[in-house]
Amino acid sequence: MALRSFRGGVHPREHKELTEHKALQVMPPPAEICVPLGQHLGKPANPLVKKGDRVRQGQVLAEASGFISAPVHSPVGGTVVKKTKGPVVGGTTAELLVIQPGPAPAPEAGAPVAIADDGPIFLPPLDPRSVSGKDVVDRVREAGIVGQGGAAFPTAVKLSPPPDKPIDWMIVNGAECEPYLTRDYRLMLERTADLVEGILLIGTALGAKVNLGIGIENNKPAAIRAMREAIAARGARIEVFTLRTKYPQGGEKMLIDAALGRRVPPGELPMAVGCVIQNVGTALAIRDAVVLGDVPRAATLTVSGLGVVEPKNLRVTIGTPLRAVLEYCGGVRPNARRVVVGGPMMGFAAYSLDAPVVKATSGILVLSDAEVAANPESACVNCGKCVAACPVGLMPTRLARLARLRRDEEARDLGIEVCMECGTCAFTCPANIPLVQYVRLGKKNVRNLPRKEA
Amino acid sequence: MATESSKGGSLQVIGEGNLSLVTSPHAHFGWSTARIMWTVSLSLVPCLASAVWFFGAGVLAPVAGAVIGAAATEWVVARLNHKPQTLPDGSAFLTGLLLGLIVPPGFSPLHALLGGVVSIGIGKAVFGGLGDNIFNPALVGRAFLQASFPAGMTDWSASVARVDAVSQATPLGLYKFGDPSQFASDIATQKLLVGNVGGCLGETSAVAILAGAAILLVTRIAHWQIMVSMVLGGFVFGGVLHLGGVGPSPLFHVLSGGFLFGAVFMATDYVTSPTTPRGQWIFGLGIALLTILIREFGGLPEGVMYSILMMNAAVPLINRGTRPRIYGAKR
Repeated sequence: MALRSFRGGVHPREHKELTEHKALQVMPPPAEICVPLGQHLGKPANPLVKKGDRVRQGQVLAEASGFISAPVHSPVGGTVVKKTKGPVVGGTTAELLVIQPGPAPAPEAGAPVAIADDGPIFLPPLDPRSVSGKDVVDRVREAGIVGQGGAAFPTAVKLSPPPDKPIDWMIVNGAECEPYLTRDYRLMLERTADLVEGILLIGTALGAKVNLGIGIENNKPAAIRAMREAIAARGARIEVFTLRTKYPQGGEKMLIDAALGRRVPPGELPMAVGCVIQNVGTALAIRDAVVLGDVPRAATLTVSGLGVVEPKNLRVTIGTPLRAVLEYCGGVRPNARRVVVGGPMMGFAAYSLDAPVVKATSGILVLSDAEVAANPESACVNCGKCVAACPVGLMPTRLARLARLRRDEEARDLGIEVCMECGTCAFTCPANIPLVQYVRLGKKNVRNLPRKEA
Repeated sequence: MATESSKGGSLQVIGEGNLSLVTSPHAHFGWSTARIMWTVSLSLVPCLASAVWFFGAGVLAPVAGAVIGAAATEWVVARLNHKPQTLPDGSAFLTGLLLGLIVPPGFSPLHALLGGVVSIGIGKAVFGGLGDNIFNPALVGRAFLQASFPAGMTDWSASVARVDAVSQATPLGLYKFGDPSQFASDIATQKLLVGNVGGCLGETSAVAILAGAAILLVTRIAHWQIMVSMVLGGFVFGGVLHLGGVGPSPLFHVLSGGFLFGAVFMATDYVTSPTTPRGQWIFGLGIALLTILIREFGGLPEGVMYSILMMNAAVPLINRGTRPRIYGAKR
């Protein structure tokens, strides 16, 4: 049978061999963590603690401030040092709570009684076999779980589709099509049974009629096998879709197309074709929140690239600065040039190593001179490689030119807003034109255009 | 902040000042325009070799003339415009090489040099350089030579230089102006495949051209859609006429003259061919149709060059009409 996939796409060098055989390790929390109040798409959370407060592990630090928002919990027990503004990934600054992990300081002589209960505080565990869909959604909201596929969209919102959009498929995204990253792979291998449980719980949240599946690229045969075995052992009805290894196979639209042959119309969400996509890490977070009452306290991520001394798959306390993670991995090599948070195709270059790991951080890459070496930009020769590779059927070279010339209306008419910024065009361009970068700029300009009359 | 590690890792090399800050993607396929151009030049080596084999080492003179003319013009134009030197990207060398391979054996090297100058100067530079030219520069140069030196461009007498079997006139010339009754026995398919017939330097040997095509297809440089559609078009349109009692067999059409060379090396020029896959089909079929029409009903024995140039002019229109459908959009 032909492997499932989509039209277009590219085959970047995978580099997964750097970490795919390395089991997940837990990195101990550093001496100080910086927990951002906005770790999700939507409004930042409202802080409930102040400087000097003792906080328990799992305690709510900040509450959700609207429907599209998520609460933030304390990843550690410790003391709030201050609330401040600091660098975060994505090139901005944001409000952070700086927390010193550690037990409460010993009471001074003559001081009143020490705090009685300083241990972790979690939510009450629920029985996964009898829990109701509403309870799962409430728990996901309460636990502040956000999507770990990159956008960090609050998961509870995704699990509450409007009644006019019936959902008949929920597929977990195990494609992990970004080069270097192997955290989803390790999670599928090491927490297989929990993942099956998480998938079933998402099914519970979405209602009895929903079909369940997981899509995995065929460069991860061990994960495919492990999932099949665990699903059979559990007697669950979860379909495993084997997908062709191709970037961006893990894009929501591409995954749905490959697995089900359904095409999400331009400007619509997967729910338009009856689908919900969840990341592997998200499904596990949901499982932990329901079964253990746990909240997101750590991010599972891959530290890789030819510029880091010891590539690893790690569980890192949320709020840990990138610097501390890299130090834990033996530091960087002399040829290190760029630190990327996320995958190389869509991740952000870090401008400060003080930026913290957040709930949705999937990878930290230290790229060497050789990995970031680029030819100088030259003229477009109309080779059409970007057109052939664009997974959403755009003409990137044309859009980039229109964006550069500020011909925003034309760019809009040619569908610039459909671009999901996967970077395939810039990756494939022999003239090394920053195509997706121009398109990003063009999208921003198009958003500022007066609305088109219907 | 430096860490103690036996392998010597330190974070100091990426202190805040020297972090490389750019937006994604942080990975690249690795090919450059220059690598493509030089690979295409490499794919022309079999054709060059067949030219030397059939017509003698003397054919290297016009080829060299065309290359020097094209390269020198590229260099001068960059200098005059105070632009970065584009000679190393290989595109001017390739244009010269292509032009050199589509002149007759024994063509004057000086005239070939002039053709190279026109290819780059008129064919490319006046439009704004690589990427902005409408017409295939090598074919612009050839059209100029055809108009300026009609005698030299149709003098096939040097065809006999080395291999006796090479006929003096081209197969298409024989067909158009010769005795049709003699024609079938004279030009066997086998000869057309091997290339020991009269013709322009690089275009006579189908085998050599196909070897070049293999390089372009394996490296995924050329759009296979253009090659396939043009050859397919040759068979279909030539075949329809042939069945209607007009013209030679479609196989003869495809194997003779510049048809294959045009399909593999000329029509596939990135700059002057459509960017969309559907457009590439239309482009190839259009060239084939025009070529067959010119050969059958026009005054010239051969029509590949003008057909490609005419379809070059239609490329912006074709691109506009064949935009890919946006993902998920309704028709």
